[in-house]
Amino acid sequence: MKRLNRDGRYPVRFTLNGMPEEGFAEPRMLLTDFLRQEIGATGTHVACEHGVCGACTIRVGGKAVRACLMLAVQADGAGIETIEGLTEPDGSLGPLQQAFHENFALQCGFCTPGFLMTLSEYLEKNPDPTVEEIKVALSGNLCRCTGYHEIINASLDAAKAQRERRRQQD
Amino acid sequence: MPDFAIPEDVRPEDGYVGRRMPRIEDRSLLRGEGGFVDDVPVKKGTLHAAFVRSPHAHAEVVAIDASAALAMPGVFAVVTGADMAAETDPMIVGFENPIDYYGLAVDKVRYVGEPVVAVAATDRYRAEDAADLIRVTYNVLPAVVDPVTACEPDAPKLHPRSDSNCVSKRHFVHGEPDRAFAEAECTTELTIRYPRNSITPMETYAAVVEANSETGGFDVLSNFQGPFSVHTVMALALRLRTAALRHRSPKNSGGSFGSKLVIFPYIVVLCVLARKARRPVKWIEDRLEHLSASSVAPNRVTKVEAAYTKDGTVTGLRLTHWDDHGAYLRAPMPAPIYRMHGVSTNGYGIRHLEVTNHIVSTNKCPTGAVRGFGGPQLYFAVERMMQRIAVLTGQDPLDLIRKNLITADMFPYKAVAGSLLDSGDYHRTVDETVEQGDLAALKRKRDAARAEGRLYGIGYAACVEPSQSNMGYISTVKTGRERERAGPKDGAVASVTVAVDALGSVNVIGDSVPQGQGHQTALAQIVADQLGLTPDDVVVALDTDTAKDGWSIAAGNYSCRFAPASASAAHQAATRVREKMARIAAANLNVPADNVEFTDGNIHAANNPDNAIPFYRIGGLAHWSPSSLPDDVEPGIRETAMWNAPELTPTTAKDEINTSLAYGFGFDFCGVEVDPDTGVVTVDRYVSAHDCGTILNPGLAEGQIRGSWASAYGATFLEEFCYEEDGTFRSGTFAEYLVPTAAELPDIRLVHPTPHPSPYTRLGAKGIAEGNQYTTPVCIANAVADALGIADIRLPLRPARVLEWLQGEEPPPSAAVAPDEAAGEPARPTIDGSGEMQVPATPEQVWALLLDPERMARIVPGCERLEAAGDNSFAGTVVLGAGPVKGRFEARIDLTDLERPHRARLVGAADGPLGSSRGSGAFELAAQDGGTLVRYRYSVELSGKVAAVGGRMIRGAARQLIDRFLRALVREAGGEATDTPPRGLAGRLRRLAGGRT
Amino acid sequence: MKPAPFDYVRPESIEEAVAALAEHGDEARVLAGGQSLMPMLNMRLVRPEILVDINRIPGLAGIDDEGDCIAIGGAVTQGDLADWPDLAATLPVVADALPHVGHFQTRNRGTVCGSLCHADPSSELPLCLALLDGGIELRSARGVRTVSADEFQQGILTTAKAPDELAVRARLPKARQGERFAFREFHLRHGDFAIVAVAARRAGDAVSLAVGGVADRPEVCHWESLPDDAVDDALNDLAWALGGSDDIHATARHRRQLVRHLGRQAIAATAGNRAAA
Ligand SMILES: Cc1cc2nc3c(=O)[nH]c(=O)nc-3n(C[C@@H](O)[C@H](O)[C@H](O)COP(=O)(O)OP(=O)(O)OC[C@H]3O[C@@H](n4cnc5c(N)ncnc54)[C@H](O)[C@@H]3O)c2cc1C
Ligand code: FES
Ligand code: FES
Repeated sequence: MKRLNRDGRYPVRFTLNGMPEEGFAEPRMLLTDFLRQEIGATGTHVACEHGVCGACTIRVGGKAVRACLMLAVQADGAGIETIEGLTEPDGSLGPLQQAFHENFALQCGFCTPGFLMTLSEYLEKNPDPTVEEIKVALSGNLCRCTGYHEIINASLDAAKAQRERRRQQD
Repeated sequence: MPDFAIPEDVRPEDGYVGRRMPRIEDRSLLRGEGGFVDDVPVKKGTLHAAFVRSPHAHAEVVAIDASAALAMPGVFAVVTGADMAAETDPMIVGFENPIDYYGLAVDKVRYVGEPVVAVAATDRYRAEDAADLIRVTYNVLPAVVDPVTACEPDAPKLHPRSDSNCVSKRHFVHGEPDRAFAEAECTTELTIRYPRNSITPMETYAAVVEANSETGGFDVLSNFQGPFSVHTVMALALRLRTAALRHRSPKNSGGSFGSKLVIFPYIVVLCVLARKARRPVKWIEDRLEHLSASSVAPNRVTKVEAAYTKDGTVTGLRLTHWDDHGAYLRAPMPAPIYRMHGVSTNGYGIRHLEVTNHIVSTNKCPTGAVRGFGGPQLYFAVERMMQRIAVLTGQDPLDLIRKNLITADMFPYKAVAGSLLDSGDYHRTVDETVEQGDLAALKRKRDAARAEGRLYGIGYAACVEPSQSNMGYISTVKTGRERERAGPKDGAVASVTVAVDALGSVNVIGDSVPQGQGHQTALAQIVADQLGLTPDDVVVALDTDTAKDGWSIAAGNYSCRFAPASASAAHQAATRVREKMARIAAANLNVPADNVEFTDGNIHAANNPDNAIPFYRIGGLAHWSPSSLPDDVEPGIRETAMWNAPELTPTTAKDEINTSLAYGFGFDFCGVEVDPDTGVVTVDRYVSAHDCGTILNPGLAEGQIRGSWASAYGATFLEEFCYEEDGTFRSGTFAEYLVPTAAELPDIRLVHPTPHPSPYTRLGAKGIAEGNQYTTPVCIANAVADALGIADIRLPLRPARVLEWLQGEEPPPSAAVAPDEAAGEPARPTIDGSGEMQVPATPEQVWALLLDPERMARIVPGCERLEAAGDNSFAGTVVLGAGPVKGRFEARIDLTDLERPHRARLVGAADGPLGSSRGSGAFELAAQDGGTLVRYRYSVELSGKVAAVGGRMIRGAARQLIDRFLRALVREAGGEATDTPPRGLAGRLRRLAGGRT
Repeated sequence: MKPAPFDYVRPESIEEAVAALAEHGDEARVLAGGQSLMPMLNMRLVRPEILVDINRIPGLAGIDDEGDCIAIGGAVTQGDLADWPDLAATLPVVADALPHVGHFQTRNRGTVCGSLCHADPSSELPLCLALLDGGIELRSARGVRTVSADEFQQGILTTAKAPDELAVRARLPKARQGERFAFREFHLRHGDFAIVAVAARRAGDAVSLAVGGVADRPEVCHWESLPDDAVDDALNDLAWALGGSDDIHATARHRRQLVRHLGRQAIAATAGNRAAA
């Protein structure tokens, strides 16, 4: 049984967007703080720290989750994906990012990482969603700038682009 | 397609302005490479701040003990109100007033969440640990939260230098309102209560502060949004030369909507903390801090009276406002009410106006800028009144609006209170909206719904949308004489710099401090057009630095300043660059300078495109070969425009003020349906139109409209900062302060009316970002009024509230439910209860028990220690809570009015990190059936953290504790408690169903 | 908003977990999905000395059909259950209720047993447990016991679980032949805790209605028969008897109205909807 003392700092290792990362954390350190402060992956944002806003959404083991509601030590050994991993290997925007760009689906961009990571899992589970389904899927993410309309359009466009891409790959 | 190429369809012949060009900002943001304050690396050794905050709405600060915190490893400094009072001056506001404000509470706290102590430690976790160890002793005072009550003579007073909470009262007469009312065919009045809300940006306040030993001042990095007039306020408070306070803002800010204006008091406190700690200090506000104590729009009570003819022409308007600014005034408050003063008559041709402004202090979070800035409050009153008059004169509200709107031939139109409405054709905008939005179909729908007995209504709202504030309007809060003494204030200077380097690359910097609106993109479009380049040839950097940039007091991001002001400044600076480069090029092309054009990266003779020189060559000449330049041309290419508009004049002796430069026009209508079973109001259709003159980039403009619609929808239905009558704050989390999500938000139909460019801005652009804050709440309220046929509509439209308007008497329970069981607690700040209980002991025994600290310690839930503290007083430590939510409280109970062994009263208080509780109660003991019948009554108040975040559960949890106490009492007396909830409820349900549960 | 310090243990078996709980008792807190506990930790409303993270205990992971009941292991997430192919057939009311439990991201981590142990009076899963009269299996170093829904859920955030006990599984009785269920909820925003939620079951003439969000825990009213013309009066009395109080989102009166309205809808729906196969 792993036992960590409150005063200690313990190694935490995981893969971040496919690359191994390592840092040290006290047991109480939130995963958000670990990502941003220890690893320097500041693409993931923090806006409420009580699970309501979705800005901190990342994927852990493929599942979209609130990083502010996880401890860093819980992520030890996990596979983590964040907004930084959505960019294509050649540096160009991935389909989700591109759809957001073309649709004016972000303004300040503070909520955007959470929306992208939410959609990144959701569109895998539901590649051809209706508008109503998208609205429900996005209901756990708050945006104060856009009014969501363009985000919904971008989601539909991204779903389409991803379906197309998959068809081409098959 | 690489994202940095501009799509083909936006590569225009005639310029980039007006094109739907995707945003440059997205390139970093979408990759997770944004640069927000918290992303910027800080020096090693930078400390993190946390605040101890008041759990009370109003209390004296009796003592602060920070010794335990300071003894903690990793804690470097604490700063209290006393330190602030010693080391800083009160932060000034635009007029003489009785409030001393230092950013930390001095002597008294005046709202829940008010910062009392700042502490700096090696990381935020430790800073919060330290804050927990700081003991503040309070003496609780009565509080006042309603702005009208607060003005009454016997209301609790907030500020010792004033004998009234009304800290400013001004009365304005424009035209002859008394005569208009005396001669009116009809008059009517309505009282409006506009709630407290804000737009709570996703990124909270953030700052990094470091003392600078060279200047004796500070270097600050923060997401402060301006206006930079407030930079002076900070410097003066810190007793610094303004130049010694260097403020930088990073390239990204996570939204503001006004709120990031009022980070400034925190910056002042953090400066003192950094100086004391001798290290840089960083503070990232958390969401609980933001919701309870950052800044909100003033809630307002308005009595609106109208004089009108029988056919509904409005001849006079009287507005009496009580504007609730909470505990303190912070610059530029009370600006919102004065920003809108000039357009008190909206777009209507009303020539007689009387306005009375009460600026009121209450025990609530202080106010600041919020998108809409005084407009939602004003237009809610005016547009509700228009709907009322339509009802009272028996006509369609739209006809009434049309009848009263000023006509196209009247522009520019000087409104009676001073606004100079620059351009527009309001009737045409209304007609186009009605047509394109298909009002006729909506009316048919309403009629059909009503024929089926459904509650369906249509609402309208029109608004004048001011943009680019006159820095002088706030002086209207002063009397003419005071203004004379202070000297004139007017204008609104905007600054943009355009520079061309030796290889012809273009750099643009500006003072617009964007918060997500896409300024980089829009400025690149504007400058590219002037210089014959593409936006990708232009690099726009909008991070700011007061030590290096061109800026003036109006700098910042507020009051829709960008489209009129920054765009004009950019246009002006780029024009100057163009003129200079044209002169250099002309010498090379052997043509006159006014015969030179800029196209596709070349500068050429207008009539002979082959006679050309590349743009970059001229950049090269200006830098590499000053000697080759025409004689009167300075080397280098860098032009800073400080743009201002002459129409922004100071307040006149008659208190007329042109508060803004450009005035757009918005018109909305909507259809709503009310569900009589649940009280839910559904927006069935919403049509919105904004004439904001020239549109710089439709993608950006529509984003502003839809974003404004979303927050206005929130204000209409969901968002309110709730306070109990005693000042207890209830909206402390995002589960209490409800922000609309994609699932709730209805779609709107945007109509694009014919634009009427402003004659006063260089590109004809006006602001667009605030329009729906003005129209949407009242448009929907008017529709609900239409659906229900009622006059008094209050926001937010919570279903529970709408249900009360809808339903008469509630069906009573049958005899099966005894009246005392038909519980249902009313909304009171206190948790009250009473009851009786049979205890198997004599009254004398029960009495002895209640006065025995040792036995009481066994009864009081969670009691760790209880001792006698004088006659009939106990003090001790209790751990209280529900389930895992527990906190240690220091408690004290005093028994009074003792009549042994019959009755006594008790008063108690408990304080701990979770909050504070005050309670009182009484009990009576009577011998009965060989035991004692205990009758009891209690009333408990909870304040502080747990009250702010525990929302739904707080009452139940408190009742649960009291129940535990009572059961323990019976047990201690030797009995077995039986019929108390929740078991009682089970029995009741069983009885109801006549069977088992 | 950062947690106060705590120790952290990550047991790999149920035995290790109950041993840790036995050692630390009231000072320890089980960390399951963290979707309720973590916000409380971040706000410092809860300050355990030690967290016992049960997320990596294989013995808590399964969903098992035990014949009469579905047994849901202590670490099974709400998302796992929602994706379980047999859910709609065996626990139709849970299938209807689950999409209302927060958002898919919170369901990705939040557990079924965690929701039951948290005992929020507005929660959907405790409501289902109450309606179905399910049970919770509690393990401690002292032994195993199964507690019925009625006994388990005691009040706001309060259950019969002792501090040293671990909820190892919840048992929900499967829908029986001829039973019909319905679920209805009223909230201001999708994914919020319900203002009022109701779940109804009809079996022959008998009707049960569970109501959440009003009293201090979900309450169930059972009628051996409830003719259509008696429904309104019965619901009105139920609404009054449940009490309920005002908060910033709704009034006691609104809650009573919602009990009447949603109750009527749910009971009517059981007359026609979702008969168990
Ligand atoms: C944005 C948001 C919206 C939400 N909306 C809803 C909603 O609409 N409806 C709803 O019902 N819930 C809602 N929730 C809460 C729900 O998601 C939680 O999952 C659930 O209440 C707790 O489950 P958990 O596994 O996350 O438990 P945790 O948070 O880990 O624990 C909760 C409590 O139960 C105890 N506990 C957990 N598991 C065990 C166990 N096996 N044995 C003993 N004790 C245990 C813990 O010690 C703790 O006290 C919401 C949460 C969020 C963040
Ligand atoms: S920061 Fe994690 S949900 Fe808001
Ligand atoms: S883009 Fe600013 S919050 Fe969503």
